[in-house]
Parts: sequence; structure tokens; C-alpha cells
Amino acid sequence: MGRWSAAVRQVLLFLGALIFLFPFWYMLIGSLQSEPDTSLRGAFPVTGLTLDNYRDINSRVHLLRSLVNSGVFTGGVLLGTVVFGMLAGYALARLRFRGGGTLFALVLLVQVIPFQLLLIPLYVLVVRDYGLADTYLGMILPFAVNTTAVFVFRQFFLQLPDELFSAARLDGAGELRILWSVALPLVRPAVLTTVLLTFIGPWNEFLWPFLVTKNPDLQPLAVSLANYLSNVSARAANPVGAILAGACVLAAPAVALFVACQRQFVSTDVGSGVKG
Amino acid sequence: MTTTAPPAGPVRRNRSETLFGRHPVGMILAAPYAVHLAVVFAYPFAFSVWISFHDYFFAAPGVVVDHPFAGLDNYRAVLSDPAVRQAFRNILVFLVVNVPLTTGLALVLAVALDRVVHARTFLRVAFYLPYVTASVAVVGVWLFLFSSGGLVNTLLGPLAPEPSWLVNANLAMPVIALFVTWKQLGFFILLYLAALQNVPGELYESASVDGANGWHRFWSVTVPAVRPATALVVILGLITGANLFTEPYLLTGGGGPSGASASPVLVMYQRGLQQGEPDFAAALGVVLVAGVLVVAYVNRRFLEGRD
Repeated sequence: MGRWSAAVRQVLLFLGALIFLFPFWYMLIGSLQSEPDTSLRGAFPVTGLTLDNYRDINSRVHLLRSLVNSGVFTGGVLLGTVVFGMLAGYALARLRFRGGGTLFALVLLVQVIPFQLLLIPLYVLVVRDYGLADTYLGMILPFAVNTTAVFVFRQFFLQLPDELFSAARLDGAGELRILWSVALPLVRPAVLTTVLLTFIGPWNEFLWPFLVTKNPDLQPLAVSLANYLSNVSARAANPVGAILAGACVLAAPAVALFVACQRQFVSTDVGSGVKG
Repeated sequence: MTTTAPPAGPVRRNRSETLFGRHPVGMILAAPYAVHLAVVFAYPFAFSVWISFHDYFFAAPGVVVDHPFAGLDNYRAVLSDPAVRQAFRNILVFLVVNVPLTTGLALVLAVALDRVVHARTFLRVAFYLPYVTASVAVVGVWLFLFSSGGLVNTLLGPLAPEPSWLVNANLAMPVIALFVTWKQLGFFILLYLAALQNVPGELYESASVDGANGWHRFWSVTVPAVRPATALVVILGLITGANLFTEPYLLTGGGGPSGASASPVLVMYQRGLQQGEPDFAAALGVVLVAGVLVVAYVNRRFLEGRD
């Protein structure tokens, strides 16, 4: 064994990886073909590739506007997640204040409440009581604070050496001053982890923005593409090609970010994010 | 600073300190989070339970209407509803396919990836990619792949199922389970990779001394050592199953054929928001969560509490 089993392992992993990647290849190829070709040879074409499907989906969904909506939704969620998560994480890790212990216990409890239970009441509150249907705020609100991020930041601030903080306190710095000039300059790795962990959430989220946005001008791309997929695709010249072109546009930013940052996307981060 | 001194802060306590704690500014920093928890989780949670015990319906905006107490009526309606029962049976099918496949594949792939020498980055990216991509995007390809004239059926030739995968009542749910396995596997591989880093090397050495071969070592050392991670994977798989919405909504066109791939959340959406019975949907949500908690508790007893 030894060398042989290592080689077999390598080959099997490669085959597995190719099977895993095949749907992505097929998505890309299908989006560039003028006619859907379901033969095996159709999966590896050499000629006849065209961008018509992208023009077609763009004339029906308005890709740019949908992408901007996805961007605003994701950006809003990330901003809230980082800012509020950092403040709460710092307070829970470094400060003693009334209610801190209770709050941390609540944080653990909240992770047990699943989103589907909150679906109906949140819809009633956000759409009917607060009147936030078809607004960015309504989309962002449920995700604006993220408990995983609070955990990541709390963990990060706990790991910083105590001397850093006691020295600043001896120098007479107030707590806000310590947060601003001692803790924040060091926090960049935790911000990156949080952004990477939370980016795909809102970018890929479908159910909630689907419920709160009925106006196509405000729908993120995942929602407008899903509506196209389930309602109007029959009218396109090459519906499959148009859907796959839209799918490529939706997938590209998340895939690009992930491939660019995959070094940071290591096991420990996700482990700490999930287990708290 | 000497070692005998208490960590930071004066010993003398004044009145505001006993009232607000040593660092009252912490209350301000944590306030947005606390308010968000109250507004987005605690209140809706209570509201959801309240709706489920009342006769609740959507009135025109601004109109004040009564929502009389309904006792267990909504729960009775939920539990005797054939569509709900079918949705729960479907989730069972989903779990039977998805959970063993996910745990098995994720663990084997994590062990293999942990020791791989060549093209580490490429392999990891390949297995994680489905996880970072939007369901809505990849559902499009799966629709195309598994359509009646699609590539899968072309390759299967005469073995292609009739009716085809997504419109076949017996196959629609397993295809969804397979889709979710493929989509989520990268995340679970990550979890197992993290768990594998904590397995002490001596365990493998002593197993080798005892003459255990590779397969044996896997079963007698690796599998027991990562059992806490397995418990987590099973729980998260269960939660995924309970949360299932996008896949049956898009992949099988709203839980088709005739409800054979409907999920409880899809039924919640259809009954609660499309057909305007939020009380029914809220009760269904409570039943669903209660079910998840019971199964999670049993799983915990079996997978974590054995020793």
C-alpha cells in the first residue's frame, strides 16, 4: 500500500471533483449555445457559441438593475452584520455590564429558533405593520444582525492579550477610546472572515426577498431569475439558454469572490462560526 | 502590573457601577444587537405562537378586526391535513436519502482531502463551489440535466425512468435530496476537515502498531473520533430538510407532481401567504419546529451521549 493507495486516492478525488464541477461547466456551455443540445457531444461543443442568450435574458429581466438590487441588499446586510456584530462582540468579550450574561444566554437561545417559524409573523410585521414591502430596508431587516458574526467577533476579541487593554486603561483611556484605537485596528482578519462567511447568505437568499418584493424594479437577481424560471420562460426563443445565462450572471460574483479568497476560507473559520 | 492586583478597574464600587456594571458603555454597544433580537426574533416568535392559537386572517390595511381565540383548532387542522402529512412524509424521504449520503461522502472526502498531495487547492475549490453558489442559479442546470430529454436520460438511454425524474412521484424527492447533498457537501467536508485536525496522531500510530490496515483504522479510529462532528452534520442536515423551500418550489414547480415533493415550508407559504391562512401556517411552523427539536434531542442522545 502507501504509494499505490495515495495514487488511487488522488485519481478518485480528481474524478469526484470533475463530477462536482460538471454542472457548472454545463451551465456555462448551455448559456453560450443557441439551441439546447442534450447529446453527450453537446456538452463539449467546439463551434457555434453565441452571447444571444445573455441579450435575451437581459431584455426580460434587466440584469444590471437586478444585480444592483442584489448588491444593495447584500451590502446592507454586510454593513449591519459587521458594525453591529463588532460592537456586540466587543461588549460581550471585553466589557462587564448589566445584562451582558443574560444577553449571551439569549444569543445561544436564538440560534435554536429556526427562520421558518418566524416566516409568517415576520411577513405580517414587516410587510403589513411596518409597511416595508418593496423596500431595501424590508429585505435587509431580518438579516441586519447576524449571531454568527457576533460569535466570530466575540471569539476574536477574547483572543487578544489582556495586557493590551489593561495598558490602555492605565493610560487613562476610556472604553470607547480603547475600542476605537486599540481593538479596531486589529480587527481586520475578523472582518474578512465575517464578510466571507456572510456574503453568500444574502447574495444567494431567495425566500425572504421573494416574499417582500413584488415590484420587479426592486427584486434581487435571485428573485427575478426565479420568477423568470417559473413564469415567463416559455416565451423566450431558447428558454433553457436564457435561464442558464441568467444563472451564470448570478453565480459569477460569489464564485469569483470565493476563488479569490479561498485561502481565507479555511476550515477553522467555518468551524468557529458554526460552533460559536 | 503585579500579579496580585485584580484585573483592571478600581476595587471601590460606586452606585452606578452596581446598577449598570463596571462598563456601562457595553450596554450601548450591545443595544442594537439586543433590540434586533427582540424585534426580529423574540417578538415574532411569541407572535407566531399567538397566531397559531387564534383565528387570524389578513384584513385590509388599517382595519381593526377581532382575532378570536381558537384553542387547538389550527393544530387539529394542520395535523389532519393530507397535504401536510404528505409534506412530512416527503421530508422523511429526503432525510433517508440525504443524511447518510452527506455524512458518508463528506467524511470519506474529508479524510482523502486531508492527506492529498497534488492539486489541493483545485480539489477543495471544486468540492466547495456548489456550496457558495445560489440555489436559484444551479437549479437551472439541474432542471436541464434531469428534464425528460436531458443529458442524464440521454446517457441512460433505455434505462431512463418513465415518467422522467422531476415529474415522477417516486423520484422527485430523491432527486431533490441528491441536489441538496451535492450543493451542501462542501460545507460538511469543511466541518469534518476541522474535526480531523483534532484527532491525536498517537491514535493512528497505536492502531498501526496493533496491525490495523487503512480501512480498519478509518472505522476504529477516525469514525469514533469525529463523532461530535457527525452529530452536528446530522442536526444541520435535519435543519436543512426542515427548511427546504427553494428546491421544491423551483426544481419540481411547486412541490409537484401533485405534492409528491412538497416540503412543510412550501406548504406554509402556499397556505399562509398564497391562500391567506396565516393561522394554519403558524401552527404548521410550531409543529415543524417541535418535530425538529424532538428529532434533534433523540439524535443527541444517540450520537453524543452514548459514552
